[in-house]
Amino acid sequence: MQVGIGLPSGNPGTSNQLIFDWARRADVGPFTSLGVIDRLVYDSYEPLSTLAAVAAVTQRVKLATTIVIGPLHNNALLAKMSATLDALSEGRLVLGLAVGARKQDYEVAGIDYRTRGRRLTEQLSALRSLWEDGAIGPKTVSPRGPDLLIGGLSDQGYARMARYADGYVHGGGPPRAFARGADKARAAWRDAGRPGKPQIWAQGYFALGDEATLEAGYQYMRNYYAFTGPFAERIAAGLLTSPQSIAQFMRGYEEAGCDELVLFPSVPDIAQLERLADVLAGVGRRTR
Amino acid sequence: MKIAILGGGPAGLYSGLLIKKANPAHDITILERNAADVTYGWGVVFSDRTLASFQRADYKSYEQITNQFVIWDTIDVYYRGETISCRGHVIAGISRKSLLHILQKRCQELGISLRFSCEINDLAQLEAFDLLIAADGVNSIVRKTYAEQFGPTIEPGKAKYIWLGANKVLDAFTFIFRENEHGLFQVHAYPFSGTSSTFLVECDEASWLRAGLDKVDEAGSLAYCQKLLEDNLDGARLLSNNSKWINFPTLKTKTWHYRNRVLLGDAVHTAHFSIGSGTKLAMEDAIALSGALEQYSDLDSALNAYELERKPVVEVFQRAAAESQAYFETIKRYLGLDPMPFAFQLLTRSGRITYDDLRFRDVRFGEAVDRWHAEKADVLPAGELSPDTRQSVIFAPPPMFAPLTLRSLTLLNRIALSYRVEAFSPPSEEHPDRVLKDEASEIYKRARSDVGLILVGPIAVSEQGRMTPHDAGMYKEHQADAWKGIVRSVHNGSPAMIAVELNHAGRRGSTRPRAEGLDRPLREHNWPLLSASALPYTPLSQVPKEMNRADMEQVCNDFVRSASWAHRANVDILQLNMAHGYLLASFLSPLTNQRCDAYGGDLQSRLRFPLEVFDAVRAAWPENKPLSVALNTADCVNGGFTIDDAVIVARTLRAHGCDIIAVQVGQTTIESEPAYGRGFLTPFSERIRNEAGIPTIVGGYLTTSNEINTILAAGRADLCIVDSPDI
Repeated sequence: MQVGIGLPSGNPGTSNQLIFDWARRADVGPFTSLGVIDRLVYDSYEPLSTLAAVAAVTQRVKLATTIVIGPLHNNALLAKMSATLDALSEGRLVLGLAVGARKQDYEVAGIDYRTRGRRLTEQLSALRSLWEDGAIGPKTVSPRGPDLLIGGLSDQGYARMARYADGYVHGGGPPRAFARGADKARAAWRDAGRPGKPQIWAQGYFALGDEATLEAGYQYMRNYYAFTGPFAERIAAGLLTSPQSIAQFMRGYEEAGCDELVLFPSVPDIAQLERLADVLAGVGRRTR
Repeated sequence: MKIAILGGGPAGLYSGLLIKKANPAHDITILERNAADVTYGWGVVFSDRTLASFQRADYKSYEQITNQFVIWDTIDVYYRGETISCRGHVIAGISRKSLLHILQKRCQELGISLRFSCEINDLAQLEAFDLLIAADGVNSIVRKTYAEQFGPTIEPGKAKYIWLGANKVLDAFTFIFRENEHGLFQVHAYPFSGTSSTFLVECDEASWLRAGLDKVDEAGSLAYCQKLLEDNLDGARLLSNNSKWINFPTLKTKTWHYRNRVLLGDAVHTAHFSIGSGTKLAMEDAIALSGALEQYSDLDSALNAYELERKPVVEVFQRAAAESQAYFETIKRYLGLDPMPFAFQLLTRSGRITYDDLRFRDVRFGEAVDRWHAEKADVLPAGELSPDTRQSVIFAPPPMFAPLTLRSLTLLNRIALSYRVEAFSPPSEEHPDRVLKDEASEIYKRARSDVGLILVGPIAVSEQGRMTPHDAGMYKEHQADAWKGIVRSVHNGSPAMIAVELNHAGRRGSTRPRAEGLDRPLREHNWPLLSASALPYTPLSQVPKEMNRADMEQVCNDFVRSASWAHRANVDILQLNMAHGYLLASFLSPLTNQRCDAYGGDLQSRLRFPLEVFDAVRAAWPENKPLSVALNTADCVNGGFTIDDAVIVARTLRAHGCDIIAVQVGQTTIESEPAYGRGFLTPFSERIRNEAGIPTIVGGYLTTSNEINTILAAGRADLCIVDSPDI
C-alpha cells in the first residue's frame, strides 16, 4: 500500500501559499500522492484547477481527485481539463469521479439531482472515447488517458466502476467498512471479466498535535459534514488523532487490500504534514 | 429531572433503575397498565455477550438474574424423525415473570415509584414531566400519538405463530419440524425455568387455514398443537396464556426521539423471534439511554447520542432477523435436504455463523458434517445414489474435499478455478484467432493447484460469436487440435478435470478487449451482430440483427460442431453459456427478447431456442459426459428475468439432460445492478439447487475455504469457484 496526503484545499481559510508549500513539501516524500476533494457550495478550492497549479511545483507525486463530482461538469470540457492536467503533470493525474452526496451542489450548478447516476454513467463512457479519439487535445501521456477511479457505495456504483473504470475510491470509515467496499469492488470486477485487479484507493482524516489542534480538527469535521445531520458527529469521531491510531488504521487498510490511502488534514497547517511524515517514517514507510 | 416511564416491561424497568442508580436525584415514575403480577409470555433468552453488558450496568440485578438462569449450550434440530445436535452455543433463559420480578424489586429498592394498573390514554396527563420514556411495547401510544415525527413502519410477517409454554424440561434449544396433512409446522422451543419451556409454533398461512386454526379459540389452538407435538412432548402439557395466532410485526422507526419523548425497546423496533433478541435489544437500549443521560447535561444531546449509538446496532439485528424470518417463511424449499445439511443450513442461515465457527464450537458436530459429506454428498439432490456409494469412514476431510460425480466423471474435490482466456491475451497481429501457447501454460498452472475442475471460457462457437477479435474459439480445425494439446497437458500433469464453456456473444460481440472497459465497440473491422431482438447493448453499440430461422439453424449447428470438437479434444465437461446477456441469454430475458414469433412472449417461448440448442448439443455430446449450463438466474433489473423464472428453466434443463448449472446474474443490460460482494451468487445458487433439484456451481468472489465449506455443507451448491486473490 502506498500512502498519500490530501491538500488542505477543502479547509476554509487555506491560503494559496499554503497550497504551494504543502505540495512542494509533499513532493519530497514519503507521500506518493496528493489528493483533493470536491464541494461546490463551501469555502474550498476547485480541485482540478488546484491540481493544475500544484502540477507546476511538483515533479514526483501522483495528483489524485478523490473525488470530483462528475455530473456537475460538461463531459467534453471535463475531458479537456483532465487531459490538460495530465499533460501538464506528465501523466501524474488520477481522476476519481463520483456523484457526490450533496443535493445543494447540484441545485446551485443548475443540474437535476435526480439524473446524477445516469449522467455519471454517460460521462464515464464518453471520457475514455474523448481521450482516445484525440480530437480533443492535448495529448495525454498514456494514449488511453489518465487512470479513472469511481467512488460511491450503491450497487450501481460498483457495476459502473467495473464496466468503465480502472479502480475504486472508498469514501472513508473504519477498516472493516473499507474491507466490505473493497470486496464489493473486486467482486464486481471479477464478475465483469476484467483482467487483473481494480486499483483500490481510500481516504481518511487526521489531526496531530495538542488538544487545541485536535479540537480544531473535530470542529472542521463537524462543520464539513454538517450536511449529514446527526452522522457528522460519528464521522468526526473517526478522526485519526494519534500516531498509534494512524498506524493501526494504515495496517487495517493495507490488510484489506488498499493500494493507495490518502490521508487528509483536518487542520490547514504545514506542521500537520510534517507530523504525518514523522508518523510514516516511524512505522517504516518511506518514499517508493 | 422528573421522568415518566411508560410501560413496566424489561425495557421500562431496566432504564428506570439504571437512570436512578446513576443519579438518585432524578424523580422517576413507572406507569404500567397491567397489575403487578400479570405478565404475558413465557421465557426470554440472552447470549453471553448480553450478560456481560448487564454485569457492567447493574451488578445486583445481574447477579439475581443469573441465579435464576437456565443455561444450556446445545441446539437440537428435530427433522424427519431424526435429531441432529450441535453444542457450544451458550444461551441462557429466564422466565419473563422472574425477570420482571427482579427488576421491579430493584426499582423499588432504589426509590422509583411504580404504579400498576395505570392506563394512560391521553399523553396530556404526562405533561408535567421533563422526560417521557416510552417503553410501552409494539403498540406504543407515544409512538402512535407522534407517528408523524417518529416515522414508524410496521410490516407483518407472512407466517402465523403462537407463543405457548409447556411444563416440559428441555435440555437444549430445540427446533422441531413436523409435517402433517395440513402442512409444515416448525417449533422453536427452549427452557426457561427448572420445570417449564417456551414453545413457539409457526406455520405458513395456507397450512394454518387448512388446519382450521382460523376458526378455533384458544383452547382449540392449544389442543391442535398438543396433538401435533405429541411425540416431542413425551406426555407434557402445552400451556396457553392469552396466546393468539399472529403474524410477527416488524417495526422500524425513522427517528427515535422527539423533543423530550424517547422510544425504547419494542416501542421503537422489533426483530423476528427466531433470533431471540427482543428483550436483549430492549435492555441494551436501556443501558445506552441511561449512559447517554449521564454523559450529556442537555437532554437533546443525550437523546441524540442514544439514538446514534443504538440505531445502527439495532439495524444490524433487524437485517439478520429479516433473513432468519425469510428463511423460516420459505423453509419448504429445503425439505429435500437430508437432516445433516438441513440442520447445517438452519444453523448458518443468518450468514454470521460459518463452518469454521461450528467446528470450533463443537468438534464432534464438525466431524459428523465432514463424515456425512464423505459418505453421502455424492448423492444427487434428486435423491439417486451415485454408482459407488462410499464406505463409512471414521474421519473425513472438510466438505470441499469430497469428490463429486457427474455421469461417469468424478471430480477429485469441490473446488473449481475459472480461467478467462481473453483476459490474458494482449492484442497481437500474429495471432488473429489465438487460443494458445501463453494460455496453455496459464491453464496448466491453474490445473496444478489441486483443484477438482478447471473451467475455461468463454470460447466462441463461430467467428461472429466472438466478443473481441482476440477471443479463443472452437470453430476451426486447428483450434480443436490446440485444445487437444491443452487438455492433454492438464490430464497428464494434474488430477483436475477440464470444462470448456461455449459461447456466442450475440449483441455483446465485436468489442474491444475488456482491459479497455466493457462493451466498447471496435474502432474498425466491426462484424455484424445477432440477437433475439434488434436492440443495441449500449447506446454506442451496433444494432444487432433480429435472428431469423436460418440464423438460428446456423448458430445451433455452430454449437454442435464446437461440441463435437470439444469431445475430440477430450474435454471432460462442456458448458453452454446462457448468461450475462450473450446470445442464448438474450432469448431468455423479456427485456432483450421482444419477438412476436414462437421464440418470444412467455417464458416457455423465450426458452425455446436456447433449449433447441441445448438438445442438439446434448445429442452430439457423449451420453457419459456431463453437460453444464451457465445460466443467468436473475437479470437484477426491474421487469427482467427473475430467480423464479430461472428455477423453471433449470428444472426444464434438468429434464432435458443438463447435469449441473453454473449460477450467474446480471449483465443482461447495462442497467443490471447485482448486489456485488462476497458470495453474492450464493442465494441464487441455493434456490436453483434446492428448488429445481439440480447440482450447481457457484462463484461470486469466494476466497476462503471457510466460505466454500459453509456453502457446501449447507447444500447451497455442489462445486465452488474460488477467486483466490493470489491467482
